[in-house]
Amino acid sequence: MAHGTAAVAKIDSPRSPYVRRRTTRGNYELYSWVFMRASGVVLLVLIFGHLFVNLMVGEGVHAIDFAFVAGKWANPMWQVWDLLMLWLAMIHGTNGVRTIINDYATRDVTRGVLKGLLYLAFIVVVVLGTLVIFTFEACPPDAPAELLASFCTA
Amino acid sequence: MTATLEADAPAPAGEIPSFTVTMRVRRFNPEVSEEATWEDFTVEAHGTDRVLDALHKIKWDMDGSLTFRRSCAHGICGSDAMRINGRNRLACKTLLKDVNPDKPITVEPIKGLPVVKDLVVDMEPFFASYREIMPFLITTGNEPSKERYQSPEDRARFDDTTKCILCAACTSSCPVFWTDGQYFGPAAIVNAHRFIFDSRDEGGSQRLEILNDKEGVWRCRTTFNCTEACPRGIEVTKAIQEVKRAMITRAF
Repeated sequence: MAHGTAAVAKIDSPRSPYVRRRTTRGNYELYSWVFMRASGVVLLVLIFGHLFVNLMVGEGVHAIDFAFVAGKWANPMWQVWDLLMLWLAMIHGTNGVRTIINDYATRDVTRGVLKGLLYLAFIVVVVLGTLVIFTFEACPPDAPAELLASFCTA
Repeated sequence: MTATLEADAPAPAGEIPSFTVTMRVRRFNPEVSEEATWEDFTVEAHGTDRVLDALHKIKWDMDGSLTFRRSCAHGICGSDAMRINGRNRLACKTLLKDVNPDKPITVEPIKGLPVVKDLVVDMEPFFASYREIMPFLITTGNEPSKERYQSPEDRARFDDTTKCILCAACTSSCPVFWTDGQYFGPAAIVNAHRFIFDSRDEGGSQRLEILNDKEGVWRCRTTFNCTEACPRGIEVTKAIQEVKRAMITRAF
């Protein structure tokens, strides 16, 4: 950044022209801004619904064990719910951190490295999470029966 | 009766009581040192004096090398925006008694723009952004043979943003602008707003396209620093949000 250091200024060469770098393609920033608002509203419903069902309905927090999770993910509705929550939360959070990095990292190299790490973390979490939701084995063959959900026939 | 009056009156009629105030000014001279330093001046001031009057006293009577911009000295030309006690204000619109003269009053150049000397900053990045949003009427077709009619309601739509005096108090109060000098800044967006919402102007979509940039309105974090800093009382953050909304309604 050529301009910006406040009082402890390094003086640029006289009349050095001010150049703006054109970086945006199309409506990218617009859509990301709208997405943050829309996903935020949807996430409010998804997260509080998730918390309510897991922690308050029936026995509440004491009901959570392997069988409880297995029972939930046997239902396609909860699979979609959790998948949506995972993807929206990860994209929403990653986009938020991306804007923070854009705001605070002034050097191109710092910004590149930080964003690289961010996107790597995003991919790892989203791929692993999606894999778990879809390949979850509700009734592992060798497990003791009392830990499993009621619909598992040993 | 006359005797009691004379005994009570501390000062002759019409005289304004004076006080001393310490002005702590940020000095920077690249020909002397790369480092900026604070320098204290003790000034005799009156209750009616502004910060600009105190700076004048320093420059005219104490240290002629003190450098700052001012032109009209009445809050219209927008030359003397500076950071007074940590807030962006116009020196000519700030009374000393309003910024607590009991403690030293700090005066710094506005932040985010390269300092040239003392309180003078290089305004070129600021004006470059201003020029980029095309701050002039854009129309198509033939020139009308009479004035371009506008109803009072249409005029009221953008009235607030016509008040801008380009003093840079808003742009240099914006934390996004401090770290990212590429950001257009509130002042450029306010002046784009003034034409985008003008019923006579036909360049609205061009201006929206310019500001629909990574460094345009989407950089705004709505911290309201600009609205607080504006010496003209423009609702700057609101204007920026209205430009955002115009972009969204255009895109969907």
